[in-house]
This record gives sequence, C-alpha cells and structure tokens, in this order.
Amino acid sequence: MKLPSAKARYSGLSLIKNALSYHENWQRAWRNPKPKTDYDVVIVGGGGHGLATAYYLAKEHGITNVAVVEKGYLGGGNTARNTTIIRSNYLWDEAAHLYELAMKLWEGLSQELNFNVMFSQRGVLNLGHNLQDMRDIERRVNANRLNGIDGEVLTPSQIKDIVPLLNTSPDCRYPVLGASWQPRGGTARHDAVAWGYARGADALGVDLIQQTEVTGIRRQNGTVIGVETTQGFIGARKVACVTAGNSGVMAAMAGLRLPLESRPLQALVSEPLKPCLDTVVMSNAVHGYISQSDKGDLVIGAGTDAYNGYGQRGSFHVIEHTLQAICELFPAFSRVRMNRQWGGIVDTCPDACPVISKTSVDGLYFNCGWGTGGFKATPGSGFVFADTVANDRPHPLAAPFSLDRFSSGALIDEHGAAGVAH
Amino acid sequence: MLEIYCPYCRETREEEEFSYSGEAHIARPPEPEAQSDEQWGDYLFFRKNPRGLHHEMWYHQTGCRRYFNVTRDTVSYQILESYPMGENPTVTTVANQTGDAR
Repeated sequence: MKLPSAKARYSGLSLIKNALSYHENWQRAWRNPKPKTDYDVVIVGGGGHGLATAYYLAKEHGITNVAVVEKGYLGGGNTARNTTIIRSNYLWDEAAHLYELAMKLWEGLSQELNFNVMFSQRGVLNLGHNLQDMRDIERRVNANRLNGIDGEVLTPSQIKDIVPLLNTSPDCRYPVLGASWQPRGGTARHDAVAWGYARGADALGVDLIQQTEVTGIRRQNGTVIGVETTQGFIGARKVACVTAGNSGVMAAMAGLRLPLESRPLQALVSEPLKPCLDTVVMSNAVHGYISQSDKGDLVIGAGTDAYNGYGQRGSFHVIEHTLQAICELFPAFSRVRMNRQWGGIVDTCPDACPVISKTSVDGLYFNCGWGTGGFKATPGSGFVFADTVANDRPHPLAAPFSLDRFSSGALIDEHGAAGVAH
Repeated sequence: MLEIYCPYCRETREEEEFSYSGEAHIARPPEPEAQSDEQWGDYLFFRKNPRGLHHEMWYHQTGCRRYFNVTRDTVSYQILESYPMGENPTVTTVANQTGDAR
C-alpha cells in the first residue's frame, strides 16, 4: 500500500527527469499538517535529535501516530549552529558505545534516508600540546581500540603529512607534540541531517508541526496526558522532550529539575577559500577546532561563554581567544576574513555526558544535556531514545545516562574527550 | 562582553577581569551525613538555570580577588545589580526591575 505521504526516491534519474521541467515539479519534502487532537507520542523539539527520534519510532517500533512540535522551523536551533564534527573517540565504555552506535548509523545514513547528508569521513585529529595531553591521548586511544573504535597516536611529522598547513614547529608557544587520529571521523551537512530525518519521518506518517511552541505539559495523577501549545492542546500518551538549551524550561513545566546549565556556544565561518584543509583539526589545550566545508569556508568552533545564558549570542573575547589559537596553529589563515558568527544555547551537564532518561512523571521522557557535542550523536541519540520511549524502559546503551546517576554518583566523566571545555 | 560592577572595588570593569562561579545563595547542608543521596545529588548538581533573572556569583580574579553576587537577565544579559556576599538581592522579579531594564 502506498502511504499518502509516500516519497518519490531521489536519484540521478529523478534529477534528470526534473531538469526537463526546470525543477519546478519536485515533490515537497514533507507535509505541513494541522495538528490532530491526539497522538501516541508527541516529540517536543524539531532539531536533529527530535526528528531522528521520530524517524526511528516510526521505522523501528512501528509507532507512526507521532507529532514533532517545533517552536521555530525544523533544524533551526543547535542543529543549524554547530561545527558538524563527527567522531566517536570517547574515553569511557558507556559513552564510547553510544557514540560508536551513532558512527555506525552515520556510515549508512545517506542510503537509509535516501537523502545525501554529505557524510565525509575525512578523519579527526585531536592535538596534544603538553606531556599530560599526550598521556591522556594515549590512554584514550588505547581505550578506544579496546572498544573496537579506530584510533591512532600520531607524531608531529605524521601530523604534518596529513595537514601540511599546520604549524608543527617546536618553537611555537604551545608546540604540537602529537595527536589522536580517528580516520572514520569527519563531518556531515547539518541541515541535510535534519531534512533527511524529517522527510523520512514524514514518509512514515509522522506529523511535523512547525511554528508551534509548547507552553505547558498537562498531567493527570502523575501521568502525562498532552501538551499545551500555541495551537491549542494536543493530547499525547507519551511526551518526549528533545529541546537542548531549553530543556530546563521544559522540565519546569512538569515540575521537574534537570542537572543542566544553559550556555551560549559560538562558532564562525570564513569567506570561502580554495581547498586547503581536508580533515578536522581540534585542540583542547589551545582551544580551537577547524575544518573546511565543501563550499570552501573554514568552519571554526569557539568555546562556551563562562556564564549561563539563553540569548543565542556570546562574547567577543571568546571568539578572539579561539582565533588566536587558530592563527597559532595555522599561520597561513591569519589574513582570512570571517563571514558570519553565531551562538547556540547548549545544555551542559556536570559530567559532559547526556541525559537520556525516563522521569518521575509517567510518560514523560527527556533527551538532553548533550552540551557542546550533540551533533555527532544525532542518529544514535534518536535510535536509543526512540527505543526508550517505545518500550518505557532505558535502551541498554542509554541506561547509564539515566537521571539517577546524579544521586547514585555513577557519573561518566567525559570532560577530557568532549571537544569544548565546560 | 559583559561590563560588571565590583561592589568592593566600586568600579565597572570588563568581563575578562572576572570569572563566573555559578548560581548564588546555595547553602551547603549543615549536616552532609544526614542527607539522602537524592538531597546530596540535588545540592551538588541541580541548579535553577532560569530563563530570565539569575542571581549568580562572580569572582574578581584580576582585581580584588573577592567573590560577590550579580543579578543578571539570562536572555538580554543585562546586569541589574551587584551586591556583596552575605547580602540579599533587591531585584527578585522581572516586575521590580528599575531603570531602563528591558
């Protein structure tokens, strides 16, 4: 049976066919439906993680009576504001397994979604600048390899072979002493990830409801019965919140608290340049990370601001600090002009790991706390969260990330492997 | 960049002189041993993280090296008052903001 929302497949042939009608007859990627009065699951937040959750709920668990309710437009929050880096080289088993699940899903995602997410496994370098950095890197690479995750420790001359523009001179202020190298890491097109999951979810019958803000979570006897929105009440047996920086605001609607602090995280891009950097270079010690998009612009990630904020903008001195690091690493970039700069609100967690959890309210679930590194986890996050919501128990890979770790003390300290200090 | 008034130095200086120290007015439980795991976890890890008025501690790192409190709007980032440790804020709701706030 063909669903009303069935999608024509994208292919080279469809490109030629549509060229004949001047690309004016492409099918819309998704419907723009009015909300129904009642759903099995309402997902709050139409970013990458929320849309992935909707997609896997429909595909893996056959739950298609689902709505994604989004305040703005799909993928317009942190999904559109990150530096698109993908890697899975986390230190602890729990985190490594979760990010590696995501990595494996990334590797087949374009085919799975029939949408080119431009996943490019161009490799990720994490530089070390002092003895302790190198000890940490060797420990982390060994831990990764024990978990079946690719990783190597490189010497400065090996790094120079991969990134000729990098300043590996021993006499700079913070000389590069080595790096960890994950060849399977890389980047993906952030918008395409959101759009691909949106199109896939829509094809399976999920309603994507944009320009609709959730203003309350209605409960009865400790159980969720729906959400109040700017388009009126929408009934739901289960509500899954995937709202990143605003997760604390959502939790407060249900009388809950989360161990999160929301902070601005900035990034910026340069004018487009000819290809000069074909991998991702990150440095925790001097604090900068950089890659070059297929369009040619340098994509540079800065740090979080020190203070809590919801303003989607950050301080200038944070960018200045990052660009000092970038110019030190890549003296050739010192004259490059920056085009755009923006901030996203990241929900930082005390142990730099996410919260994927049931709550004390029946039928209410949270997927949050991804802090500064959620994009890389998008497919895995959606996969385990959909399973958690569908079966009302944590997916085995999500179990260590439950809220109860903040009373049991079983924190998963990934401050070392998280790209941005927070 | 924020411009922060230090109530001890009695001067407004740039943010880079200061470091942020999180939510203010969190009292350490007098008897930690008497706390349940939930209560202790709550004290350690759970913060208000409001969208709006926030009472927070700052440390004048390259100045007088003393802690003080600031009331700041976390959406507009506007600083509404600075006050020494041990004192209570005068701005506690959006309604009683003074001056050109918002």
